[in-house]
Amino acid sequence: MKTRTAANPRMDASRRRFMTGTAGFTFGVGLGVPALQLAAGEAFAADAKNTVVNPWVSISTDGTIAIMSPASEMGQGSLTSLPLILAEELDADWSKVRIVPAPPIEKIYGNPGFNGLMYTAGSFSVNGYFTPLRKFGAQVRLALLDSAARRWNVPVSELATEPSVVVHAASGRRLGYGEIAAFMDVPAVAPEIKPEQLKKTSQFRLIGKDVPRVEVPTKVNGTAPYSIDAQVKGMVYAAVLRSPVEGGAPDEVDDKAARRIDGVVDVLRLPYGVAVLATEPWQAFRAKNALRVSWTNGGKAWGHSTEKARAAFTVAARDPARSGVSWEKVGNAPEAMSQAQVTLVAEYFCDYAYHAQMEPLNSVAAVSPSGDSVEIWCGTQSQSMAVNAAAAALGIAVERVKFNDIMLGGGFGRRGHRDEEFVVESVLLSKASKRPVKVLWTREDDVRNGRFRPLYVQRLKAGFDASGRLVAWHHRVVCDQVLAFQDPVRYKMFKGNDGIALRGGELKTYDIPNRLCEGLLEDTGIRTSSLRGIGVGPTKFAIEAFLDEVAEKRGVDPVALRLELLKNSPRGKAVVEEVAKMADWGRKRDGRALGFAYIDYTGTQLAGIAEVSVERDSGRIRVHHFWCTIDPGIAIQPDNIVAQTESSIVSGLGLALTERITFANGEVQQKNFHDYPVPRMRDMPEMHIKLIPTDNHPTGAGQMATPLVAPAIANAVYRLTGVRVRENPMLPERVRQAMLDAPTRLA
Amino acid sequence: MAGKIKVALSVNGKRRVVTAHPDTPLLWVLRENLKLTGTKFGCGVAQCGACMVHLDGVSTFSCQLLIKDLAGRSITTIEGLSAKSDHPLQKAWVAEQVPQCGYCQSGQIMRAAHLLKDHPKPTREEIVQHMSTNICRCGTYPRIVRAIERAAKEA
Repeated sequence: MKTRTAANPRMDASRRRFMTGTAGFTFGVGLGVPALQLAAGEAFAADAKNTVVNPWVSISTDGTIAIMSPASEMGQGSLTSLPLILAEELDADWSKVRIVPAPPIEKIYGNPGFNGLMYTAGSFSVNGYFTPLRKFGAQVRLALLDSAARRWNVPVSELATEPSVVVHAASGRRLGYGEIAAFMDVPAVAPEIKPEQLKKTSQFRLIGKDVPRVEVPTKVNGTAPYSIDAQVKGMVYAAVLRSPVEGGAPDEVDDKAARRIDGVVDVLRLPYGVAVLATEPWQAFRAKNALRVSWTNGGKAWGHSTEKARAAFTVAARDPARSGVSWEKVGNAPEAMSQAQVTLVAEYFCDYAYHAQMEPLNSVAAVSPSGDSVEIWCGTQSQSMAVNAAAAALGIAVERVKFNDIMLGGGFGRRGHRDEEFVVESVLLSKASKRPVKVLWTREDDVRNGRFRPLYVQRLKAGFDASGRLVAWHHRVVCDQVLAFQDPVRYKMFKGNDGIALRGGELKTYDIPNRLCEGLLEDTGIRTSSLRGIGVGPTKFAIEAFLDEVAEKRGVDPVALRLELLKNSPRGKAVVEEVAKMADWGRKRDGRALGFAYIDYTGTQLAGIAEVSVERDSGRIRVHHFWCTIDPGIAIQPDNIVAQTESSIVSGLGLALTERITFANGEVQQKNFHDYPVPRMRDMPEMHIKLIPTDNHPTGAGQMATPLVAPAIANAVYRLTGVRVRENPMLPERVRQAMLDAPTRLA
Repeated sequence: MAGKIKVALSVNGKRRVVTAHPDTPLLWVLRENLKLTGTKFGCGVAQCGACMVHLDGVSTFSCQLLIKDLAGRSITTIEGLSAKSDHPLQKAWVAEQVPQCGYCQSGQIMRAAHLLKDHPKPTREEIVQHMSTNICRCGTYPRIVRAIERAAKEA
């Protein structure tokens, strides 16, 4: 496997299938930027920060066009969809395009939507890169046109492009991009692109046309490379017994039995655990299990339990003396609430939840004998955070980190923390053992030392005026803080607010004149994380379930209420009306009922309807159908958006019905998939998804439907049974208990 | 090499002799000794199916098979399913754009291949029952169903 570093942007061998050698002209429009030589691996990083335009594209005289892809590929399809955007404006022949994962240089390849971080998260890759990539593609196209015009001595205005060809219609002359590459002068400064020079959506040839994802063929025959597959000469395997409670450190370590296991080469202490290094994975796991370690209780999480947290958060939610950070403030909610004729209050609860990405965490590092450089193989949601964290751990410059970015066997938010702890662990163990080290987490490690979606208690209050209009909205969110733990740098940028935990509390599209969403972010010492749907999952569960309570209080149909609230959002109304039509909302079902939810997820508009039944004896909910409409703006890869929406719904089902992590004495109580059940094929409803693309800026599709599912189910359960289930997950015992407590409408 | 044993078995149609600790699961022998890394580690406890291979033609969790019990047995992994990635299921998997992260898909395909061998024209219900042994965290289930139905039709 070859390397890909800041100083050396080559393909790793396993990905070379996506590009061919680029022996010809290399396109690197820019001021003082050495040409980007993909195949030869020439450097360009040193001067890169003064770049006027981009080193994103190289064109070979054979017509091959290499395009950088800046995002991590973890199943969402960015490896294809981002270069596709550039290729569209370049008017490239897609069959000639070869995709190259971009090296970890934030200043060139960082996502403008994340302040220049190379960070694949938030369903924000297409959203953040869309406009710059179009511009970069258009710039390269203009430069090609300009070179052809000078060669033919005709005005540029007489030229047009067809896929990878410049055409002069008047004379019938044609020049392929590869031919132009042979004589082209690269302009020192990139041509300026005005918005009107970009294609109209009706002119798209690639966007919206469903290009097959480039890496899919490697994922049906076992050749797709994941970091767990990386093999490095002389490598040993590490298994780490980490403190069961966050903040704990190994105290007394008895490693005699572990050291006796054949193949064990060392046992090393880490600040938070004990690592066993062995020549084979299985021997490392066995030795880890043979360790006997006692732990100091240094952490704040000591003694933490789900029950205690729930009780404490509930007290906080109800205590008017405690105010939180303001997430959304529109009008004057406290004032309007005090004048409301009628009010309604409800509380909602969500358990901790776990990512369960299929590939347990792992990372491979090879620190040089002198400790002044390192090579890393890992799948991460942030190439630049990984490089920075590794460099900081060794006290070396980032240029001394060689980074092999490999596909992720799922991310879902787990692999994008600022400390990149699973990567740094491999670096530290390699340094200490003076060997290349692959750290392998077992599934049990991945659960026990996971980082979780926090526990939420939410209290919502609605105020109505004399005419029954919803005029005041007060939403209090109490949860373990996330951003402060996951990414202190961005936490500071958010000025103490929590863009992960509280996301979704905003109600931008709803016509409610006075709104306050505030967050009480609790420092419990628990490891927390973004998780697919982030705060939008819990907050929209509460909001959309509560809105059904509001509708009942008002005596209006839940869908009609949303349409009323969405009177100023034509896009919102469109997805709601369409999904109601698809599900035949007004039709009664025998023994089943429909429940509805709408969300605005960072601009993407979605509505969903669940058809459920409930086993009365057990309380088990069964979802038979799920209808979903999604308007993400411009649809780059429509079929992939549908796939991502299917995927998001499956995630939403698990979080709504079965998935929960609980704590006792600061320790995670679950161990593996047998006690953290995730959806299987037999749990699938029939999904009916309708993509409604519009000409708006693309706003993301990778996780948007996840938060729809829980409120739609809860609302359906109410319409079927008359019981409000205000807890996630809606475990059978919770549903059963709720039915026992309120049996009034049971058939 | 203390404590290791030699085991001769057939892997993807070839006789292989591996040297390993007797209680090592086949999964790790495939991945480490034979460098057949298409078979994945997901849970280690027969819950997820990422490690599925065929043992004498039957889909099995390779994390649960100990190498000491496998002398003379015949194993097929994703690498041995077809010579050119052209098993009807592999073609259908691409046509339906099934994989997302892709990590579980070797196991899914091996599981499905076992189904089609026994039931060339499975019903929807048979597919769902058979495939519920395997977890796909990306939730590609609807496309897996479609791909199996396509493969059954086109095979």
